[in-house]
Amino acid sequence: MKLIVRGNEATAVGAKLSRPDVIPAYPITPSTLFPEKISEYVANGELDTQFITVESEHSAISACIGASATGVRTCTCTASQGLALMHEMLFIAAGMRLPIVMPIGNRALSAPINIWCDHQDTISELDTGWMQFYAEKNQEALDLVIMAFKIAENKYVLLPAMVGLDAFVLTHTMEVVDVPDQKDVDDFLPPYTTSASYLDPTKPATVGSFGTPEYYMEFKYAEELAMNAAEKVIDEVFAEFKQKFGREYKKINTYKTEDADIILVTMGSMSGTARATVRQLRKDGKKVGLAKLTVLRPFPEKELLECAQHAKVLAVVDRNISFGFGGRVFSEVAGKFINRATKPLITNYVVGLGGRDVTINDYKEIVADSENVMNTGKVETQTKWINVKKENL
Amino acid sequence: MAKITTGAINPEPGSSKKYKTGSWRNMKPVIDFNKCTKKCLFCYEYCPDSAVEKTKDGPKINYDYCKGCGICAYECPKEAITMEQEEK
Repeated sequence: MKLIVRGNEATAVGAKLSRPDVIPAYPITPSTLFPEKISEYVANGELDTQFITVESEHSAISACIGASATGVRTCTCTASQGLALMHEMLFIAAGMRLPIVMPIGNRALSAPINIWCDHQDTISELDTGWMQFYAEKNQEALDLVIMAFKIAENKYVLLPAMVGLDAFVLTHTMEVVDVPDQKDVDDFLPPYTTSASYLDPTKPATVGSFGTPEYYMEFKYAEELAMNAAEKVIDEVFAEFKQKFGREYKKINTYKTEDADIILVTMGSMSGTARATVRQLRKDGKKVGLAKLTVLRPFPEKELLECAQHAKVLAVVDRNISFGFGGRVFSEVAGKFINRATKPLITNYVVGLGGRDVTINDYKEIVADSENVMNTGKVETQTKWINVKKENL
Repeated sequence: MAKITTGAINPEPGSSKKYKTGSWRNMKPVIDFNKCTKKCLFCYEYCPDSAVEKTKDGPKINYDYCKGCGICAYECPKEAITMEQEEK
């Protein structure tokens, strides 16, 4: 069935098809339509779930943790300040190894107050132990929510997952999505079962226990191993999804990278504009390619090194800023090349903060700058801000 | 050392009995039975960690769990409890 839906509805449909038992949620722009749609589904009898209207995002994720600890499927949705308010609980969800799924309408953080798109919110949660997926379009947002449950609930993984979709560009923009049949999703994603039904009164157990210095590091190491295991599980789930639903997903989605001298590295909806730019520049004979990161945690190291092996310059386009360092994705990408004998030059561009449009002209400026780096072999300024009105400072 | 479980779930109820927490202490309460009446049991009542036991010979401090907070010494009406430096 095809539907014309906004990105938030795409994630709500993805969640509905995944049949969560509990959905606690608190509204926040630009994700508010998610709880609205869920409440509609429950009222219409389309979805049998415990929908809990909580008093804050901190409570929403706390209720998810409590619900998930009883061994049932659960999800919520938030953005920006809401995600930041959840911060301390995100570590707990991951540490307790609870496969919660959470779409995030990627939005800038205050101050100044801004409700529009950038990736600062999820980027700031990279170290919490959650897997991170990023959608380029509404179809991907829907599909990734379903796949995120399957990956998260895998017994070798058992980690929570965020699915980022860009504020307004996706959350509020209508696109056609192909909605999988419920029966097919039920086949693909069977009900969640766990060997430890944590709050089973016949088998008493302590959850959220104390971890003394003698034990704590082993728990964290186990979390790291679970992230490593997720790399393979993600590939398997993507392959199974393609077989069942026909749509192909890769951790890094490449476009014309095979012979590219310059590869743009992007995430989310701005990847579509990057692809259009590559198409235009190819007509001018420029060897440019695109690597779109669909998965940021676990970091797709192997896939990155593979797609960049012949490139002369990697131009990492960051829709976030780690103040005093540069773009965060740049630091991640550059870090993975540190011990390689041959490596491309790596340039970095900060774009589109707080919903500023990322245009074809911006990408052309980025490519021109990276061409200059390629020709001179020198990176003069490591991180450049694109389309920023310096004269207004 | 026990093996760790996924998500730090402890499947064994009552396991806190296995973990001796008295090693946190740096001051140790010592009862002078020349002063202690063995009957008032204020120390037993006030101990926030239930580390004072009631025996037929009067109160007995369980050093496996006593954290050395000193509340028993403060509350003792006969000043029979002194806090001594823990030496290890």
